[in-house]
Amino acid sequence: MTAQTATAAPALKEWPLWEVFVRSKQGLEHKHCGSLHAADAAQALNMARDVYTRRQEGVSIWVVPSKAITASNPDDKGTLFDPAADKVYRHPTFYDIPEEVGHM
Amino acid sequence: MNAVLETPQASTVTTPVSYLLHLADNAVVLGQRNAEWCGHGPILEEDLALANMGLDLIGQARLLYSQAADQLGNGATEDSLAYFRDVPDFRNFTLLELPHHSPLVGYAHSNLDYATTTVRNFLYSAYMVPLWSQLQHAADPGLASIAAKSLKEASYHLRHSRDWLVRLGDGTAESHDRAQAALAHLMPYTQEYWTFTALEKEAADAGVAIDGTQLAADWNALVEDALSEATLHRPAPGGYVTQGKLGHHSEHLGFLLAEMQSLARAHPGAAW
Repeated sequence: MTAQTATAAPALKEWPLWEVFVRSKQGLEHKHCGSLHAADAAQALNMARDVYTRRQEGVSIWVVPSKAITASNPDDKGTLFDPAADKVYRHPTFYDIPEEVGHM
Repeated sequence: MNAVLETPQASTVTTPVSYLLHLADNAVVLGQRNAEWCGHGPILEEDLALANMGLDLIGQARLLYSQAADQLGNGATEDSLAYFRDVPDFRNFTLLELPHHSPLVGYAHSNLDYATTTVRNFLYSAYMVPLWSQLQHAADPGLASIAAKSLKEASYHLRHSRDWLVRLGDGTAESHDRAQAALAHLMPYTQEYWTFTALEKEAADAGVAIDGTQLAADWNALVEDALSEATLHRPAPGGYVTQGKLGHHSEHLGFLLAEMQSLARAHPGAAW
């Protein structure tokens, strides 16, 4: 009992969290659609299929361990994003686009 | 030798109603059973998965009942076949009507034992994947197209239940014991898969050819492979051979049908 339990991976009290990305159509990007708990990647894929693609939403699924994602700190919002607020010239709205070009 | 003689006479083969009902009743009864987990799943994701798979099965049943109703005529519909037939008329395997626990688990602990659910879904989908694979080439085009659609669903049911079988069998001491107990309880019921009865004979005589030897070989290979990965041992063969497919059912089917049929019988012809 001692030797085996000492080397075995510790039992998880709670399954890790996974972020789910679904590609809705060939050629489009995968989009984040939610998260779920699963014991491992294979199970996370199966569960993502059942939870997020029940209504024909997808042609491909990615799952990523949530802990692999490095997120910006909400407290840094001012420093990171506010400087962009008064620089309207960065928006491509000062050009006249010929109609023939269509959607850009 | 003679290619002409070996070509099945496509479009002239009609699957006997009894065999369509057997396939449909299997699907509707297991679909109804698995729907009992709705709102009670061990985790949210499994709750949704079981409801999904229950709906897949009920969808298969609808297609099969519709074809049977067309052949029966005389006002039969998919609803009349699902909701207005009684226990002795149902042709499903006894395995599929059993509750989600073995007699020894008992109500005191829980009347929903996930190991029992998992093992049953595995033993059934491991049978349906090779069966639908054969039937998608059936000489009856209606049945062949239902089989081709159902094969994709059954393949996912197999993948899902096999995954859980391995996780439970090769999991903790308790999950292993419960999976092993469920296997000991349910495996004898699979003997019904292999008896050649009036049901199979009628189908074979009508030209719905099923290679039983191949089917059993495919099922055994799937079962052996999964059990070995799950570190579960296969119970010794034997025990009572059930005959649900001939209409001789356990006491459990009546309760299941009562719940499933009561609304339709209380309001016959209702639409919503």
